[in-house]
Formats: sequence, C-alpha cells, structure tokens
Amino acid sequence: MYELKFDENECLSCTTQDCLTRCQYMDIDRDTAKTEILKIARGEDSFVLHDCVTCYACEEYCPVNNHPFYLIVEKQEELNVPPLPRPLIQRGINVGIPFRGEPDIVEVSEPVMSMGTFADLLYLVQGRLFEGVSIISADPRKMFHFFCQLMYLHYARTSVIKERLPNIIETIAKYNVKELICFHDECYGTFTSYAPAVGIEVPFKPIHLFEYLYNRLQELKDEIKPLNLKVAYQRPCSSRLSSDKHHFVPDIINLIGAEYVQREYIDENALCCGGTIQGQRREGSRKRAADVQRRNIEDMKNAGAELCVFNCPACWDTLAGLVAQNGIRPIFMSDLCRLAIGEKPTGWR
Amino acid sequence: MDSVYQALVDIVGQEHVSNRQEELFIYSFDLGTTEPHRPDYAVAPRTTEEIQEIVRLANREKVPVVPLGGGLSLAGLAVPFKGGIALDLKRMDSIIEVNEKARYALVECGVSQAQMVSYLERYHPTLTHSEPGAPGPATIGGNVAIHGQGDLAQPYGFNSDMVNGLEIVLPTGEVCRFGSCSISSGWFTLHPLPDLGLFLGWSGTTGIITKVSLRLFPCKRIRGVGQFVVENEELVPEVIHKLTHTQMAEDIIAYSQAVPPFSSGLQHFLINLAADSEKELEFKQEIIWDDTLGEYIRRGDGGFLGFRQGLERPVVSKTSDWRKGGGFEYVGAIMPVDTYPECYRQGREISERHDIPYTVLGRCIGMAHAMMFSWTYAFNRADPESIKQAREALHETDDLALELGGTLWKPGLYGQKLVMERMDPHTLELMKKVKQLLDPNGIMNPGNWEVS
Repeated sequence: MYELKFDENECLSCTTQDCLTRCQYMDIDRDTAKTEILKIARGEDSFVLHDCVTCYACEEYCPVNNHPFYLIVEKQEELNVPPLPRPLIQRGINVGIPFRGEPDIVEVSEPVMSMGTFADLLYLVQGRLFEGVSIISADPRKMFHFFCQLMYLHYARTSVIKERLPNIIETIAKYNVKELICFHDECYGTFTSYAPAVGIEVPFKPIHLFEYLYNRLQELKDEIKPLNLKVAYQRPCSSRLSSDKHHFVPDIINLIGAEYVQREYIDENALCCGGTIQGQRREGSRKRAADVQRRNIEDMKNAGAELCVFNCPACWDTLAGLVAQNGIRPIFMSDLCRLAIGEKPTGWR
Repeated sequence: MDSVYQALVDIVGQEHVSNRQEELFIYSFDLGTTEPHRPDYAVAPRTTEEIQEIVRLANREKVPVVPLGGGLSLAGLAVPFKGGIALDLKRMDSIIEVNEKARYALVECGVSQAQMVSYLERYHPTLTHSEPGAPGPATIGGNVAIHGQGDLAQPYGFNSDMVNGLEIVLPTGEVCRFGSCSISSGWFTLHPLPDLGLFLGWSGTTGIITKVSLRLFPCKRIRGVGQFVVENEELVPEVIHKLTHTQMAEDIIAYSQAVPPFSSGLQHFLINLAADSEKELEFKQEIIWDDTLGEYIRRGDGGFLGFRQGLERPVVSKTSDWRKGGGFEYVGAIMPVDTYPECYRQGREISERHDIPYTVLGRCIGMAHAMMFSWTYAFNRADPESIKQAREALHETDDLALELGGTLWKPGLYGQKLVMERMDPHTLELMKKVKQLLDPNGIMNPGNWEVS
C-alpha cells in the first residue's frame, strides 16, 4: 500500500507552524499549532481534524513541503472523523465509478491534453490557442476513466485515491505521451504533488494549463489586443498543490493587457469557493460557506473587478452565478485568453 | 373513395386528415412497450365545432375515436387498439385568456407545456403553472386527461386538482361546460356544481377535453432547487413529514437510481424553494436546511448538496439512455408516503432481477397526503427480448404498487385490469353505467377502461 511521506521531525524543528497558524478558517497560535500537528502525526485526535474545512491551503503554507494537509485527511479517515456526512461521502465515492464501458485508446500526437472529468467543457478548448492539441477524455460517457480522484481529499478518503489512482495513471500511460497538459489543476496537483507524496509513479510529465496558455500567448503575442479590464481570480483549492505555477495567473493577465486587481483575498490568502464547506457536518456550515462567499465577492467588488476568472469548474458551479449577480462577469481562463486574441469566448455567461 | 375519409376531409380540409400508411404509422405507437396498432385515419381539427362533427360522424359510422395530445403518456393510452380515428389535438393551441387577478389561464387543449411556460414568462412573469417535467410538446389537455402532476404538487396537489373549468365534447357530440363557465363567462372555479368528475383522469374514454381553465400560481423572482441526500431509505417518510410541516417547499421529490452511479443506493431529495428577495430566500433556507434538516447533517445521516437558482426538473426520459436502444417506460402509482422504503427496495429488486438499472422516484403530493411514484425501466427498442423483459418488469411493478396499498396512475391495459379486478363492485358498476350513458356506441378510446 502507498504511504504518505510525512516527517514528524520537520514539524518538531519548524519555527513558524505556518500550516495551522496561517489557516484562514481556524484561529490557532504557534504553540497550539505545534502541539496539534504533532498530535495528528502521532495518530491522536485533535480539534483540527474536526474543524478543518479541507481547503488544501496548508499544503502551500508548509515551508518544508511536509504535506500537512495530506496528513490531516489521512488521519481524519483513520480516526473516523469524517468532515462530511456519510451520504455525501458515499455519493462522492460513487461519482468516480466509470459506468459506460472502457475508453477507446487511440493514437495521439503531442501536445496532448486531458480533460479529466470535464469532457462536458470541451467547448472551452478551441480556437488558435489549442490548435494541434490532441484531447483525451473528450467523451463524457467515459471520462471517469481519467478522473484523478483527488477530490476525495475533501471526503477524507485517501484510501480511495490510493486504490484508484494507479489505474487512472495506467490508462493515461497507454497513450504513450511524454507530456500531458492537464485541463484542471487538480489533475496537475495529483500527478506532481499527491502521487509523489505517497509514492505513486507517474510515467509522463504533467503540464499546467496556465503554463501552456502563457506559452501559446507568447507565440501569438502579435495578435493580442490589450483587454484593459480589471480581473479578479478565484483561486481553487487544488492550486495550492502547484503554487510554483500560480505566478502564471498574474503573468497571463499582464500579458493580455488586463489588470490583476489587488485585494485582500488574493494568492496565498485566497478564499475557498465554499462548495465543500457548505456540505460539511459541522454545525453552521451552510452559513459559514455563505459568509466566505460574501466576503470573497465583496472583496472582488471593492477591488473594482469587472471579471472573475475561474480555472476550476467546481468553483464555477458554486460561485459563478453569485459573482454574476454582483455585477462581475465570470469567465474561464481559457476564454479570457481567447478574448485577448480576438476570439469570441464560448463559455461567456 | 372511402366515405369516412371523404367526410373527414369535408370537416377539417384535406391537409389535416390522412389515411396514408406512412403517416398512420406515426400514430400507431407511443414510446413505451405497448404493441403498436394503426388507426385508419389521422385527423387534426382546429375547432371545437370540427371535433363535434368528427364525433358525430364516428357515432354514425361506429368508428373509434382516440384523442391524442403530445402522445407522450408511454402507457399506450393513445394507441388506437381498435383502429378508427386518431384525433390529433395539437392544432387546438390557442391561449385564450390569462386572468392575472384571478390567476387562471383559459387554454385550448392542445397548448403545449413549453408554449405555456414561454407565454407566461414573456407576458405574465409573475405567474406560473404546474409544469409536469414532461418533454415540451406534452399538452395541457393531455396532462389533465391522464391526471398529471408537476412542480407545485406539494402545496397544491395533482394537475387535475388545478383545474377551474372544462369544456368537453361528449362522445355523442354535444358540448358541455363544467364549473363557473357553465353559468357565466368566468372560468374561475370548478365548484360547487356542476363538478361531475367524469373526465379528469379518464384518459379520453368519456369525452374530449377541448378547453381547460388552468390555475396559475405566483411565480416568485427567485426559484431554485436544493438537494439533500440520505443513505437510509427508512428516513425518507420522516424527512418528508418534516419538510411538509414547514409549508415552504414548492416541490419535494425523492429519488434513487443506479445510473449514473452517484445516486446508487442513496436517496436524494430535490426541494424547490421560491422567494421574491434574498432575505426571503435566506429565511426559507435557514428553516429548511438548518432548522429542519440540521439534525441529520450533524448526526452524519444526511447531507446538504447546495441550493442552485433556476428550476431543474427531473427528466425521467433520461433513463432511456441507460441501456442501448433508447426505450423506456415507467409504472406510475399514487402511494402512501410511508411506503417509500418498500417502494424503493422492492422496485430495485424487480429491476435487478430483470437486469435493468433501477430508477425509483416519488413526488410528494400535498402535505404528504401521498407520493406520485415512478419506477422506470429502460429497454432496447430494436430488441424484442429487451422489450419483453421491460414489460414483465412493468407488470410486476403494477402488482407491487397494488400489493403495497397504492393505486395506479395512468395505467396501461394490464394495470387497468388489475385495478378493475380489485375495485369495489358497486364502483365498477357505476363506472360501467357512466361509460354506457356517455358513450352508448363505445367509440371513445376503446380498449382502455373497458368494464366487462
């Protein structure tokens, strides 16, 4: 069985305890943080296991990449402290079961992109930015064969990820790709962060969508017409697993002549979309999620944002309507880039 | 020249009558498992007067008349089992009046559900009707003729409870009006007399509904659906009891289905809420999710899946896609709410025995006075064995619904026979007398609800 590479000594010698002291959903001082993370590492119960909203951010905050978030969710499962009610966990586990036969493995030529479980959003992958890109997992009936499974961190079911992920990687590997552009950064985070953290081998090099988009925009630089729009970004939880790629957000926005608005909940201080929080078992979760959403959108408005850019379809489902109700147009990053080169965004809503 | 054909041409004009085999073929079947039967003629009248003439002709010639709306009942209720005239009512599609103050719409029978929705959205956005979740071409007249149900069923009951008046062409050709419209020009109530209850739910065997006054309801600015899920089916009646106690939902549906797998073995609730302001919406959400269902969430027995603005009606026709071949049919039944767990367990068992992915759905009617159930079976239209398998499952489910103390909704011939076998003999005798009185020549949709 795959085991998480977590070193308790790193926490013992840590002088910041950023993993918990920087948490935006729990108020924890440094001494308490050290005590609690060590309790968790030793398999003891901790209030952190009960109060964690599973926002992934501590993975980014940890200064030594010791995987505190993966540890927390593993221990939630081991100690039976589920963050969600049982039916939601079972429902989530059911979601990832493929049910429409085996995928057709066909010959592809690079560059290759995987839609993961978002084959329904294929319309976002078109135009000159994606010319020549081969797409795998483009069939909604079979996309669960390409589901990275990392969503189960929210469900405290790392056992499901460890059981299913090797098969998913094996399916993708049948395409014999050297590099794989990941439509969703949850897939990217799975292959570059979670898989190595638990010792699962990934036989291809994942490419972050934003890195790909940035490079394509550079190639099409002459066609960019500055957008002159003020843009906020809804940073998704899984982006915390690839913080080294987050710089592409401001890079892209600057490249296309838009303004990346400065606000309180930006970059490392980004707020969760609330999608997971609202369903949690803890008393008051629905209202807590609504409060997070309200603060987030108010912050975008105060910063003067005209657009809110999304990468994660789950964030979009949760937040795009609310953003629009508040006078800010939601748009996916690929569509924003298409807008900049004079194409009509297909997902413009 | 066929004299009946010529007479029909004289009534409706050549372009609205056909005896061509390729066109009669279209009227020979519905989308369910019922064996097809071709009519001899297909006629599409435009007026009540034309319908009267057609019915008189049919009486003279002793030719069956089978009224047809959208043709989407699935149970074979508009299949011309004994040939005759398929009376296609889709040209009767005028929305005659919308009375905003009294909240009703007077429409011709062939007005489609989609037409009604778009008309109200455009011209009367503060009003809505109970939309049954059927495909858009389903008609208003067809829906009440089969005793339909739709959203708003939780506060207001079946679609046939939402009728303020009817115009009927009797099987002998006379036109009758029922409700206030029979004594005045107002179509605002079906009560007190002459509310005879002879046509709603009778599937076109006692007359042809030509006009319907349909109750309309406030359409609040914000309408949306919240979802809740439990593992234990035994909790469903209790949850519904608590939800209906709040008197806040516009619709409550519980379902479980094998495909897609997310719902397999779980019971999902779709709970419609409506509000005119964010303040009202939040008040209702707090009462429903936090106060009423919060105890299940805290215990870990139930999960809140979020609230989404915009109505997403459950579309059971999607289940046709769960097997190759695109066919599906369901058994509908009105059941006591406390039978939900058995309806789910035994319905699932029937499906699994016939190797069909199960789909069980129940809509709450009134203040939990009943649930309108559907057990849906997908089949391959091109495979007779698959159709036979689905038909067997449907018949077993008809039996099950009655064994569990329910009553069948828009049953096909097999279910009608079961119902009549169990019916109080005096009631059955009365049905027979009513049929004979209204339809002495037995021309109306013969084969259906025939009391021997």
